[in-house]
Amino acid sequence: MTESTVRLADLASVVRSKNAGPFVLTLDVFFRNREIFRKVRDAGVITRARLSELYGVAENDILEVTFFEPADALKISIKRWVSSAAPGDTDVLGAQQHVPLMSLSLKLQM
Amino acid sequence: MLDTVDELRILSPTAILGYGFPAESLAEGMASEPHAIAVDAGSTDGGPYFLGIQPGEGGGKLAQFAQMIDADLRPLLRAALEAQIPLIIGSAGGAGGNLHLAGIALLTRAIAKQEGLKFRMALIQAEIDKSLVKERLRQERVTPLGPVPELSPEDVDRSVRIVAQMGVEPFVRALEEGAQVIVAGRASDPSMFAALPILWGFDKGLSIHMGKILECGAIAAEPGSGGDVILGTIRPDHFLVEPMNPDRRCTVRSVAAHSLYEAADPWRLSEPGGVVDLRGVAFAQDTDRRVRVSGSKFVEDPVYRVKLEGAELVGYRTICIAGVRDPSALSHLDEMLEAARARTAEQFGDPARAQWELHFRVYGRDGVMGPLEAETSLPHEVGLLIEAIGSTQEQATSICLFVHALILHYGFPGRTSTAGNLAFPLSPQDIPVGPVHRFNIYHLMEVDDPLVHFPIQMVEVGDD
Repeated sequence: MTESTVRLADLASVVRSKNAGPFVLTLDVFFRNREIFRKVRDAGVITRARLSELYGVAENDILEVTFFEPADALKISIKRWVSSAAPGDTDVLGAQQHVPLMSLSLKLQM
Repeated sequence: MLDTVDELRILSPTAILGYGFPAESLAEGMASEPHAIAVDAGSTDGGPYFLGIQPGEGGGKLAQFAQMIDADLRPLLRAALEAQIPLIIGSAGGAGGNLHLAGIALLTRAIAKQEGLKFRMALIQAEIDKSLVKERLRQERVTPLGPVPELSPEDVDRSVRIVAQMGVEPFVRALEEGAQVIVAGRASDPSMFAALPILWGFDKGLSIHMGKILECGAIAAEPGSGGDVILGTIRPDHFLVEPMNPDRRCTVRSVAAHSLYEAADPWRLSEPGGVVDLRGVAFAQDTDRRVRVSGSKFVEDPVYRVKLEGAELVGYRTICIAGVRDPSALSHLDEMLEAARARTAEQFGDPARAQWELHFRVYGRDGVMGPLEAETSLPHEVGLLIEAIGSTQEQATSICLFVHALILHYGFPGRTSTAGNLAFPLSPQDIPVGPVHRFNIYHLMEVDDPLVHFPIQMVEVGDD
């Protein structure tokens, strides 16, 4: 096995974002298969610190980082910087906030 | 009625009443002899506008919604009554307040009259009296739901109206009282699907989890669609989900994925009165197009809490859409926008005191992600949305017009295109949009009884 650097989008079949209520944005990643899912989960490289850096938000605003094996999924919930449709909001449904996550680079034993 | 049955089938025709569904899919669904049709009619997804709307506002827009809802409601009413099964609609009219409930009730009666249908209808209200919320606040029985500030009595006063999400209990009661059609105000998404299974004694965790998967129609299938029909079949120790359109299939992946859709925590689905614990859940491919789910458990909360939603009026909005193509204007864009903001404050007064707001979205740069955008490069053109919010529509339009003119003619250093900095696609440039709202209540409130705040009115339709 060798260590290689991959983009998260290359390991996933779905990367999406959506509101979970008007005050929380939730990001879902579905990995291509269970082997990849476990590799990413067990590598422990997706952390609140990295996500806070990636999205430019405080670490406390990363509310949830959870792996969900039944769907080979990763769920990340982030406090919205403005509530859905409040003045200044750019994405009422939160459906286009996942792109930075796609380019998260991961060092994995492949 | 309450004989034991091996299974109950619940048909979900569409993600939101009004999204539509193919007639063939409904026919296929009815051929599988469902015991109820249930459909979700609302959400907070569309934003606070629908919750804060006043009678008479929205004008033509609401008439168009009514047409779309009519197109779904009419065949569903016919199908349910013909098959003598209940039609259960929750979160009526989008936001589920009394105004919205009354609108759907009116539409239902009109359809019944035109189609010559007779039925017993339950109308279930979900609007919560402000005095009750303030009393519960004083008793410290209201808590923020997620990253939301503590509620104050002033927030309660400022909200246009407050709704609470009902659980399954009011639906179960209405079914017990013989309702053939239920039109309910704001309700938790799975509740309208879970009510009949729970009434018939099926496991509460499985019933609610099945409701969670059915509530978005065929979004839980592959390819997913909010505008197509899905069937849920509940049995004593598992449930099955299957799309009615032969071009779609449910897979372990598509169904498991939908379990976490729009939920903050994939292992725990918070519902009125408790939590569906998914730590023991198993998804299995039952047939090529059908998935079997087991192991979801309902864990009751020590106190029954309902989710409150409230929206306050912020002001009135006018927008202007423009494009910027000149490279020099593009490189001075922020300078122009900030100069326009400063000059507007001189002209209209301090924004906080004079109650106006100005927001820009620069499409092509950070219009989609705002402060979360990390990409900083500029494209060859950008789209600019100017949004002015005022305490009156007239003030908003005046500000929007003032700002667009300022940016149009702003003279930045080195400017060569001295005739104008903006390309407008439309005339008039400034478009009054109407009221702007903000969600200002998103809290959990303790109740002593899951029924008492959701009054049920039974009416005989078609008897006049």
